[in-house]
Amino acid sequence: MAPAPLIALIGNPNAGKSALFNALTGARQKVGNYPGVTVERKLGHLPLGDGRTPDIVDLPGTYSLDAKSPDEQVTRDVLLGRQPGERTPDLLVIVLDAANLDNHLRFALELIALGRPCIVALNMIDLASRDGLELDPARLAADLGVPVIATVAVRRRGLDDLRAAIAAALPAVDADGPAPRPAPPPAPPPARDSGALRREAARIAARAIVAETPGRRLTARIDRIVLHPLLGPLILLGLLFIIFQAVFSWSEAPIAMIEEAFAALERLIDATLPPGFLTNLLTQGVIAGVGSVVVFLPQILILFFFILMLEATGYMTRAAFLMDGLMARAGLSGRAFIPLLSSFACAVPGIMATRTIADPKDRLTTILIAPLMTCSARLPVYTLIIGAFIPNRTLAGGVGLQGLVLFSLYVAGIIGAVVVAVLLRMGVVKGGGGSFLMELPKYQMPLLRDVAIGLWQRAAIFLKRAGTIIFYTTVLLWLLLSFPKPPESSAVSPVDYSAAGRIAGVLEPVLRPIGFNHEISLALIPAMAAREVAVSALATANAIETSDDEDATAHNLAQRLRGRWSLPTALAFLAWFVFAPQCISTIAITRRETNGWRWPLFMVGYLFVLAYLAAGIVFWTATAAGL
Amino acid sequence: MTTDAVRLDRLAPNRPAHVERIDWTGMSAADGARLRELGLDEGASIELLHRAGWLKPGAHACRVGRMIVAMSAAHAAAISVRMEQPSGEAAGPA
Repeated sequence: MAPAPLIALIGNPNAGKSALFNALTGARQKVGNYPGVTVERKLGHLPLGDGRTPDIVDLPGTYSLDAKSPDEQVTRDVLLGRQPGERTPDLLVIVLDAANLDNHLRFALELIALGRPCIVALNMIDLASRDGLELDPARLAADLGVPVIATVAVRRRGLDDLRAAIAAALPAVDADGPAPRPAPPPAPPPARDSGALRREAARIAARAIVAETPGRRLTARIDRIVLHPLLGPLILLGLLFIIFQAVFSWSEAPIAMIEEAFAALERLIDATLPPGFLTNLLTQGVIAGVGSVVVFLPQILILFFFILMLEATGYMTRAAFLMDGLMARAGLSGRAFIPLLSSFACAVPGIMATRTIADPKDRLTTILIAPLMTCSARLPVYTLIIGAFIPNRTLAGGVGLQGLVLFSLYVAGIIGAVVVAVLLRMGVVKGGGGSFLMELPKYQMPLLRDVAIGLWQRAAIFLKRAGTIIFYTTVLLWLLLSFPKPPESSAVSPVDYSAAGRIAGVLEPVLRPIGFNHEISLALIPAMAAREVAVSALATANAIETSDDEDATAHNLAQRLRGRWSLPTALAFLAWFVFAPQCISTIAITRRETNGWRWPLFMVGYLFVLAYLAAGIVFWTATAAGL
Repeated sequence: MTTDAVRLDRLAPNRPAHVERIDWTGMSAADGARLRELGLDEGASIELLHRAGWLKPGAHACRVGRMIVAMSAAHAAAISVRMEQPSGEAAGPA
């Protein structure tokens, strides 16, 4: 069967391309990677209402066909039919920011010169009106020689017209037969003087602008406050603080509901199945392990919600602007701030987001320090230990002590990243860097639907991890923790006697000087797969050890840890997780992004050294202070 | 009527100007190309809007045509601009 025709959405960054993609495809989209690279490929299906459903791909935004970063290279290669594993698009939908026409038309002229069938989506026409611009799409269409459709993707305006234009344009590429044929790759356009292109774009834009009156200047008014040299950084710091407080306080109710759901499931299994291997595996292994990780889904989604909202409003690039000076002192550019902030959710998309950094040394340094940002996988660990050892009380000003400790852990990761970046730039990643050039988009009200799609995609990724890697490691760990069983008369606990207990015994002498006990040594082994597995490992070990003791089972994991660990040990455990590279996915993505094992091995090595030193210093200091 | 050329990083904020000269040797070829793609070339209208940083100058945000472009202090230092003679009118919308 011949493949469906392929439509490519293409345009400058901040033209509203992804909003248009979401509006056209809704939930009918699939996120993956282009073969051989980690540039995200978003493919959707676009029902045209006439029985045809062509594929539509959302290409990374770029300013020209002269690619400067890995994601821009993918865009260029897809358009020119050179991208392995991707068809040459049959139709280009060029998305322009109506309020920024003269600049965006430059790239549009380059694209039209490729000679492929094109439609222009004159997007965000409402923001252009807000700015006092009145545009004439018909005149623009006449000057460009392609159909122009006015759209407001976030308000779903103009979509029917765009679908109709696409439906009308697609037969033109299928005119030779009923079955779709792969489009031939277009020839690269002849090189044009950038000045001439800019002048032509300005001329066409001037003709398309019918009237121009002073607009509301909303963006200028907000920027005067949020980009103020003194107020701006304070607002940014305040926002980050609110986010981390919200991660704790907003998640309490949904976490309680998930916990209750898993407890009900455990009761159901206990009541339904006879006692034995299968029941123990399901309750002590699967439910105790996977459940202890899934319970943190609300916190992870709250964090992603804020990140998506900051991106959608246009504030994220302002944060990069504010941070450039600080980043420059660490040998990085403000552009590194966005991947690093994404790494707070997960280092994997954060490292992938470094592909927008053109300077190779800036990019490598950002990749190497990305795991120091406190990712969401650390939250289960932090939440468990903070909940168990830090009193839940409110300090002056209504600030929660637990939230403050969590915030301090985030700050520790940031300080660690800055110090490491400085050292890297002085040593192994010397030279280059300091390049910061980016467009600051207009502020927009975020569309909750787009945020919801983003949250859904991230929740699916997290639950898939919980259902695969965490499930398998938890079941394996349960088996290792459960067998062999100690003899009836043995005074050794079942966990210490088990295979996992004996493996941990080998690691324990190395970790004992930094305050780690046998239980922690045991949890750290499976947690190499993913940090949050440490919690499920502790939960599974706890479930096994207390399985014969009804009173102990009634105590939750946090209460049990409080009784078995000292405060210095708990604090050292937190310090370890600020630095430890316990995530196979991060190591794998680093290998892929750096094309070899040299840098991931370097990263793992330096992070383990830092983790050991940090945990040791915290343990020795806390012990000396009598905590 | 215009004034003497000054470096963009020394331009007073909210004063319309145009780009007089860009020291392309003061930046990488890729950055030079990206500056052009963002509409920054000799003759382009420009207005400094914001400077980040407390003690040390940080990034600069400028209006270029209808777009706001953020750049490092080093890039701003490589751009010479000529201020329009004060007429009391600001440039286009934000």
